[in-house]
Amino acid sequence: MKSYDLLELAGRNLRESMLRNALTTAGISIGVASLVAMLSLGAGLQDLANRRLSKSGLFDTVYVTSLRDFREGDSDQRKQERKVDVSKARALDDGARKDLAAIPGVVEVSPEVRFMGEVRYSDATHAAFVAGLTQSAKENESFDGMKGRFFTSATAPEAIVQLDFAKDLNEKDPNSVIGQEIVLRYAERHSMAGSSSPGAVADDSNPNASLGGGGGFSVVRKEQPLKIVGIIEQEPFGGMRSISRARVFIPSQLVENLNMMQYSDMRGLTGDAAGEKTYLALVVRVASAGKVQQVQDAVKKLGYRTFSILDATKGLRRFFTVLDLFLGIFGSLALAVASLAIINTLVMAVLERRREIGIMKAIGASDGDVKTLFFAEAGAMGLLGGVFGVILGWGIGRAINFGTNLWLQRRDMPPETIWASPLWLIFAAIGFSIAVSLIAGLYPAARASKLDPVQALRYE
Amino acid sequence: MKDILNFAIHAEHLSRHYTLGTTVIRSVDDVSLSVVPGEFVALLGPSGSGKSTLLNLIAGLDRATAGSIAVGGRNLAQMSSQELSHHRRLTVGMVFQSFNLIPSMTVFENVELPLRFAETERASRQDVVRQALDRVELGQRIDHRPTELSGGEQQRVSIARALINNPNILLADEPTGNLDSRTGGEIMNVIRRCNQDLKMTIVMVTHERSLAEKFAQRLVFMADGKVVTQPAAEPELAR
Repeated sequence: MKSYDLLELAGRNLRESMLRNALTTAGISIGVASLVAMLSLGAGLQDLANRRLSKSGLFDTVYVTSLRDFREGDSDQRKQERKVDVSKARALDDGARKDLAAIPGVVEVSPEVRFMGEVRYSDATHAAFVAGLTQSAKENESFDGMKGRFFTSATAPEAIVQLDFAKDLNEKDPNSVIGQEIVLRYAERHSMAGSSSPGAVADDSNPNASLGGGGGFSVVRKEQPLKIVGIIEQEPFGGMRSISRARVFIPSQLVENLNMMQYSDMRGLTGDAAGEKTYLALVVRVASAGKVQQVQDAVKKLGYRTFSILDATKGLRRFFTVLDLFLGIFGSLALAVASLAIINTLVMAVLERRREIGIMKAIGASDGDVKTLFFAEAGAMGLLGGVFGVILGWGIGRAINFGTNLWLQRRDMPPETIWASPLWLIFAAIGFSIAVSLIAGLYPAARASKLDPVQALRYE
Repeated sequence: MKDILNFAIHAEHLSRHYTLGTTVIRSVDDVSLSVVPGEFVALLGPSGSGKSTLLNLIAGLDRATAGSIAVGGRNLAQMSSQELSHHRRLTVGMVFQSFNLIPSMTVFENVELPLRFAETERASRQDVVRQALDRVELGQRIDHRPTELSGGEQQRVSIARALINNPNILLADEPTGNLDSRTGGEIMNVIRRCNQDLKMTIVMVTHERSLAEKFAQRLVFMADGKVVTQPAAEPELAR
């Protein structure tokens, strides 16, 4: 039988038992709606997480550290890294910085600098983590809603403070600290070529009094006056970088000029390259997120450890795959129940149309014609159920999203889209609905095709 | 051995036995029968004599348990299920006592149905169906449902459907059984025209000897599943 004849006959047969077939189709629709609802929620939550991460401005960034530094973790990669002879591992020094900057696609290389300092303001001294920020950080969305302004230049003696720190400085009117001067006290690193006892401490009145030598360095207490130019409320880079949790931010070039002592300097003392200036971490900014993997591979070839948000999102993708799987299984339960309704409907149809099947066989229908006719009816119910189910599921999603935003609004929280029905999901749901319906139609169709025409013609 | 190609239908030692529990029912038992092309044969016999079963075997609706049956030179026993459906679609046309029209379909759709199974192009179907219905004088009733027609009209639709794929053989199972004598006569005239004008071979099962004698060229009597030379007594036949 030609396919248009098949579809026409299937449509006619479905119309004949309109109520029963409509109820079965409604059952499939509810099943598909439940599946679409569950998977849309999964997709929506994944989108929400991705949006959050992309707002952090980390998608175009590769975080580079030296294999000399120990990293915890049980992953195979970490275990492999720990086997490396640290004395032979490349140091993250100025040479490395130049090499990284030369990699195609890299637009900026800056050290990740964070240190503990003391901030004096209006006769009080506060301990605070201080971090360097590049001028490019100004484009990060974290600074969109800031009070005041960003640094005027990469060397300007200016500071941006976290709102909490501004409250520490002036609890009653934290905004009033903008324009005020603070004094940053920090430990400056002085290289001491030829020193035999590195790491000695001196005060700024006598910097040469340190016990140095053998490629070590001395540490000198220094002060730097800074003008507060801005206050931010949220942690920059989505709280994902080590500098994110600093309370005071100063321009990155200024930090480098201040030459303050880093944890990596202490680590360097124990290594063969004692006294060399090394970086704890370098942040490589890439031209576009699409080039991150390529740059990351190039950095690894240079002998460094890398981390990018791509690595983090790999884990995130795994999590959402598992979540989607579970949501899909729960969503499919309703569809499984609906498939029983299809079997019931079609078995009833086989019984009711027994004589009709006999007539069709008597006038030339083959077993295959009868089978495909019942298949087509099952498939048509699946298609209709799938389409209506997707519409219903989409409606449920909109309603839940609306309700969620109403709830968020009442708690003074910004609205969020926790629901996403991507095109693939819509087509997959309809396809799945048809597939389940066809599987459900297997038994009734086989039963119909095997009917003995002589017996069927006798049936009243 | 006879050349089966010379016959429209040729059955040799044909049997169709059923087993019900421990009882074997010999519905058709060792029947040998030949029908030449263009012949009009009437199968007569009492109820349960095996007439309809023999007709079903010729139609390929049922399979023999022993012996052979060839229709148009092809042995039905060796045909696959697919080939048998092809045989029912194109070689034979069937007319039943209870008409067997599909009530949810119109007259046109009922007659068109075998064309769908034969995969005839949609464009040519319209004319073919109209011509078939005009031949049985029902050209004006194409949009009616079977329930809106009289018994005679329904049987004429059934004949139009049986003829739609131009088969060589028309098998009629008591075509006048549900009709009054006048309408039955009209239907028999339609069947005779098929035999005379279209040169179709007709095998008709009937209880009515007078009707068979009037229209058929040969009468074959059956009793207890066998072909018998002497017909059963009249009262038994009528029953």
